[in-house]
Amino acid sequence: MMSSSFNIYRVGISFVMMCIFYKSAVDSLSELSPQKYFSTLQPGKASLAYFCQADSPRTSIFLEELNEAVKPLQDFGISVAKVNCVKEETSRYCGKEKDLMKVYLFRGNILLREFPTDTLFDVNAIIAHVLFALLFNEVKYITTLEDLQNIENSLKGKANIAFSYVRAIGTPEHRAVMEAAFVYGTTYQFVLTTEIALLESIGTEAIENAHFYFFHCKQVLDLTQQCRRTLMEQPLATLNIHRFIKTMEAPLLTEVAEDPQQVSTVHLQLGLPLVFIVSQQATHEADRRTAEWVAWRLLGKAGVLLLLRDSLEVDIPQHANVVFRRAEEGAPVEFLVLHDTELIISRVEGNTHIEEMQEDEDEDMQSPDMDIQDDEVAETVYRHRKTQLPLELTVELTEETFNATVVASDSIVLFYAGWQAVSMAFLQSYIDLAIKLKGTSTLLLTRVNCADWSDLCTKQNVTEFPVVKMYKEGKHPVSYAGMLGTEDLLKFILLNRISCPVNITSVQEAEEYLSGELYKDLVPYSSVSVLGLFSPNMTIAKEDFTKAGNYLRGFVITGIYSEEDVLILSNKYGATLPALLLARHKEGKVESIPFANSRVQDIVQIVTNALLETFPEITVENLPVYLRLQKPLLILFSDGSINPQYTKAILTLVKEKHLDSLTPCWLNLKNTPAGRGILQTYFNALPPLPLIVVVNLHSGGQVFAFPSEQAITEQNLLLWLKKLEAGLESPITILPAQEWKPPLPAYDFLSMMDAAASQHPTRKEPECTKETNMQKNDKQQHEDKRSLLLFF
Amino acid sequence: MSLLAAAGLWGPPGLLLTFALHPALCLRPAPTSGPPHRDYCVLGAGPAGLQMAYFLQRAGRDYAVFERAPRPGSFFTRYPRHRKLISINKRHTGKANAEFNLRHDWNSLLSHDPRLLFRHYSSAYFPDAGDMVRYLDDFADRLGLHVLYNTTIAHVTLNKDRQAWNGHYFLLTDQMGHAHRCSVLLVATGLSVPNQVDFPGSEYTEGYESVSVDPKDFEGQNVLILGRGNSAFETAENILGVTNFIHMLSRSRVRLSWATHYVGDLRAINNGLLDTYQLKSLDGLLESDLTDLAIVKDREGKFRVTLKFFLEEGNQSTDAITLPQDDNDNFAMRVAYDRVIRCLGWNFDFSIFDKSLRLSSGGEFSKKYPLVKASYESKGSRGLFVLGTASHSVDYRKSAGGFIHGFRYTARAVHRLLEHRHHGVAWPSTEHPVSQLTSSIVRRINEASGLYQMFGVLADVVLLKENATAFEYLEELPVQMLAQLETITGRRARHGLFVINMEYGRNFSGPDKDVFFHDRSVGHTEDAWQSNFLHPVIYYYRHLPTEQEVRFRPADWALPRPTAIHHIVEDFLTDWTAPVGHILPLRRFLENCLDTDLRSFYAGHTDLDLTPTTVPVFPAISRPPMGKA
Repeated sequence: MMSSSFNIYRVGISFVMMCIFYKSAVDSLSELSPQKYFSTLQPGKASLAYFCQADSPRTSIFLEELNEAVKPLQDFGISVAKVNCVKEETSRYCGKEKDLMKVYLFRGNILLREFPTDTLFDVNAIIAHVLFALLFNEVKYITTLEDLQNIENSLKGKANIAFSYVRAIGTPEHRAVMEAAFVYGTTYQFVLTTEIALLESIGTEAIENAHFYFFHCKQVLDLTQQCRRTLMEQPLATLNIHRFIKTMEAPLLTEVAEDPQQVSTVHLQLGLPLVFIVSQQATHEADRRTAEWVAWRLLGKAGVLLLLRDSLEVDIPQHANVVFRRAEEGAPVEFLVLHDTELIISRVEGNTHIEEMQEDEDEDMQSPDMDIQDDEVAETVYRHRKTQLPLELTVELTEETFNATVVASDSIVLFYAGWQAVSMAFLQSYIDLAIKLKGTSTLLLTRVNCADWSDLCTKQNVTEFPVVKMYKEGKHPVSYAGMLGTEDLLKFILLNRISCPVNITSVQEAEEYLSGELYKDLVPYSSVSVLGLFSPNMTIAKEDFTKAGNYLRGFVITGIYSEEDVLILSNKYGATLPALLLARHKEGKVESIPFANSRVQDIVQIVTNALLETFPEITVENLPVYLRLQKPLLILFSDGSINPQYTKAILTLVKEKHLDSLTPCWLNLKNTPAGRGILQTYFNALPPLPLIVVVNLHSGGQVFAFPSEQAITEQNLLLWLKKLEAGLESPITILPAQEWKPPLPAYDFLSMMDAAASQHPTRKEPECTKETNMQKNDKQQHEDKRSLLLFF
Repeated sequence: MSLLAAAGLWGPPGLLLTFALHPALCLRPAPTSGPPHRDYCVLGAGPAGLQMAYFLQRAGRDYAVFERAPRPGSFFTRYPRHRKLISINKRHTGKANAEFNLRHDWNSLLSHDPRLLFRHYSSAYFPDAGDMVRYLDDFADRLGLHVLYNTTIAHVTLNKDRQAWNGHYFLLTDQMGHAHRCSVLLVATGLSVPNQVDFPGSEYTEGYESVSVDPKDFEGQNVLILGRGNSAFETAENILGVTNFIHMLSRSRVRLSWATHYVGDLRAINNGLLDTYQLKSLDGLLESDLTDLAIVKDREGKFRVTLKFFLEEGNQSTDAITLPQDDNDNFAMRVAYDRVIRCLGWNFDFSIFDKSLRLSSGGEFSKKYPLVKASYESKGSRGLFVLGTASHSVDYRKSAGGFIHGFRYTARAVHRLLEHRHHGVAWPSTEHPVSQLTSSIVRRINEASGLYQMFGVLADVVLLKENATAFEYLEELPVQMLAQLETITGRRARHGLFVINMEYGRNFSGPDKDVFFHDRSVGHTEDAWQSNFLHPVIYYYRHLPTEQEVRFRPADWALPRPTAIHHIVEDFLTDWTAPVGHILPLRRFLENCLDTDLRSFYAGHTDLDLTPTTVPVFPAISRPPMGKA
């Protein structure tokens, strides 16, 4: 997620570059007469002018370089011109013949500097010199250690220093420094030297063309203390300096208490890895000190964060004390156990190292990563493998006991495989369920380990794991198709306590049923109670409804009423027989739906649709149901419960059928913290709430955001939706379509086998030779029968 | 199905019933004309014949088994001569999984009845042959298999008929001259003819089939045994302690099954003579081609070994025949033998098959087996299948197809082929969403006995559906028939496939290999391809290989070159369920072949109660519903 925004950033950079190239062809040097030139000069604006004779050659190396500098200088707000001096004109800048080759830098119409053209030997030199002249105050040029110390002392507690050494003025490195100074010159004190001795005296080893240091002076309060220094290790180039300064600006150490996978800092955007030092309350102080030390060591190379395990919402492996996350998109979070801080440093530096030498190191580095479990279910199961589950709360069935048990008592059976992670994770939920139901249920909770009783499972038509089936009253078993969790399974079991549909025998009972009184304890698990109303003679319709009820068992309460006095009910609720009454308990409403001529499938569909709310609160559990509608989601993100006015606005829109092509819903971040991650994906940072987005998950993946400055009102929303429909809105982001790629590569055994085959065409050569020798012996034996038996 | 099975026994009314129920049978002409007809005729009520009968019976097919003896398994009433079966009968594995336990039960036939497991018939690790006879008897009886005993098929011919399933019927004539007509002929007659090598003096030898098994008869004798197989060593073992010495002579060096991992080679249970030979006890092994030899009887009635070459020099009297020691006085076999015993194995009985069947011998390795395709169908006539020991040419010296623990699976494979060919029943398969792929494979490699026993011959196949969102799982397909998969199974393989095979390491085994060398075991997942012991290998093909590709595959490859291959590292316990060592690399392999993510996820990252989900985790992650719906 973070790295995707990094990509965008990079795209941005290259876009700028392209513009430069593109423009440079167009923005050629303007040629003016001296008079014209001076009339164009604006106060405060810098301008570079090359004065030459009108009849001088139209091309020269210098002119080419100058031409190239036009665009970059324009980017810094500096205009460039070639001024043609006509002979009779006597501008003092036109000079005499021998001084023809001069370039002048003006601010407004004040001359700042004049350059002989040989100083400006190429485009880098032009830009470096011009900026150096303009930034005279911002960039201090020094030659001695004393100069440096003076500046350092004067800035302690005030500002940080960007100190650079370049071999000479006008080099590409010098240009890079000057360009950086142009941007950051007011924030940091830039100091420049070309004295190698100065560099040696501050202890730089292996001096190269250029070096860039960041002196952390701002936080130094004790004047006797030296400023910390961080050396930029990348080559001196504009982009590298920019990145380096960005990391210097970032907080040294951040404390977080969220999923390392979700955390985002400037480092990731800059392509640097993140190192999380795992801490807990008890050792927080010490951990913080360690983390700070590590952070200083890794400054400019990685982001360092302190991860507070206690307040963490996700599980991290018990012994892991360091979490490592590479900047590459999709790279898994690595949980490490490192007992020495040096190992953290070397891991980061080692990792940077691979990027450069990928080809050589690939093989060695690949394997440890691939062995890291990146399946979260498998990982937690493995981590808890030694935890003893109270399995005795459920009955273990075998091939011998299975049939007798499910015949003798109503049973719920979990078919699982002991070696399968999802099975074992679900087994834990199943045990939790057993604890919840202990002593309250007549249902026997049982389990079959299909790793042991493979044939039994096959006979029960179980060929994948885990599977839950309910065996009741010797009837055909019902398979559970809900989410693999305690709550949903509990709902399934509880709703299965009553028959489906339940037979209602009197009007009064029907009323109790509709009001939720009859099954008070079950109503919390079924937001809707369905009652089928039939005349006693509607046998086929009743049969179909019964089948539909059977199909829906465990998901919703259904009932059937077909006594002679059914008309009392149908009249009361304004229904024509046969009819479905839907009692929505939360809203206390009963609605009726006619369903003449509907078959089983249709009835199931009607009820399923009725279970959907018009403006539901989305949770992890109910999301799949709404996604199944295959429509773009209109989600209102809310931090806490929703403002009733927003609900009203949206419900009005629904009512007026403006939202038919969408699935409107809202999400409460308090109930569903996972929503934060979503918002971060959409916006890169948490935007202020409430907030409305339209997400087109099923085609395109575009995400549109309702302008946050607008009030969430019916009119505004409608207008926005109309614009959306008309294609006038642009998405804030597009979710990548193909996200479910292999997280890591696999071993390429085919290549390994090929390599082995080509390197050692006969790996067991001695043996092969032996065989041939033996064959030869055989031949000899045939040829010389006389001597044959002598060998024995 | 039970109705149909009963129909076969009850006669005409049943026939009508089958007629009505099976459109495929409409091809059958009216039952009034010609000899009695069967869709399937099985020759021989040995283990393979009974195994096939069981599958035909369960499928409700019209079949009969013809057996010349009054009871099943007549071979085992006499053989092995010393009564000890060398198929292991492991009654305990510490596991309840019945399918897994068949990996270590080499004697049971496949059936749905757990009482028909061999462990209920013998407690010996190497059981007595009498128990096998009893077992086969029970197997036929309890399952009500339709066997015509005391019926010796003396002659089999082919009768062309365009209406027949295969364009011809098989006509079987029994010893009474009664004819039987069959659409499909399943030959499970085993190897019943003792192998004889013709050389001068071969008349002096006694055969394994008739030699005394009473050690007393060998007291103080010099014995020469011809042959180097398990029967030769079994014979030697029996008399090792009473003879002066035993010499064993054969053409090639001894092949130890623990070095070749081929159960037909010399088993350790019989190899006592190797031990005494190497411990200088006068017993010994010699190598020579028997056809170069001659045996002459000397004046004392003892046997002398000489060369055929010498006999050809002229018609001298017995005493005058040159002996090798005349020239070379240290000739190894210069001693006189009291007995020469021939233990040279067995051949298939080709004699009853008419030439029109073109059932020829001359398989790649040996003339003792009839020539069949990888589908066990004769190369000469369509509709004639060879089962059991006689079908071993397919995997001779490679896998277990010549033995009960192997051919019980190949019989099932043949049955499945026939079900599709003649009854439109596609090869059984289960269909799953792709999220179950890793689990499906892990389950099979850990429990499947057919893959384990018939390694390299039968393999599981995963057929991917479009876009690899789902797959079909087919078990135990004859892997050399891979190119013809669509025609023989009735399943479609249009979107790529995986083949799950079990393999030993390439250079690991062989008669002259040291299989106990240091560092032989591989433990690291990245070295899995160098595994030596039997381990699962998964091949991925983007397209079904062609026949050409199967036939001209690289010499040491079990299958044509795949798009990608994965070895699951060998495991000392043959338990490939280690989460990181076995399952994780497998998942990565499958993921990379399918270019997808096969991990399981919890619903939302905040549920700490271990709730795996199957559904898109959240809109931020546009996961297609991968898990169980």
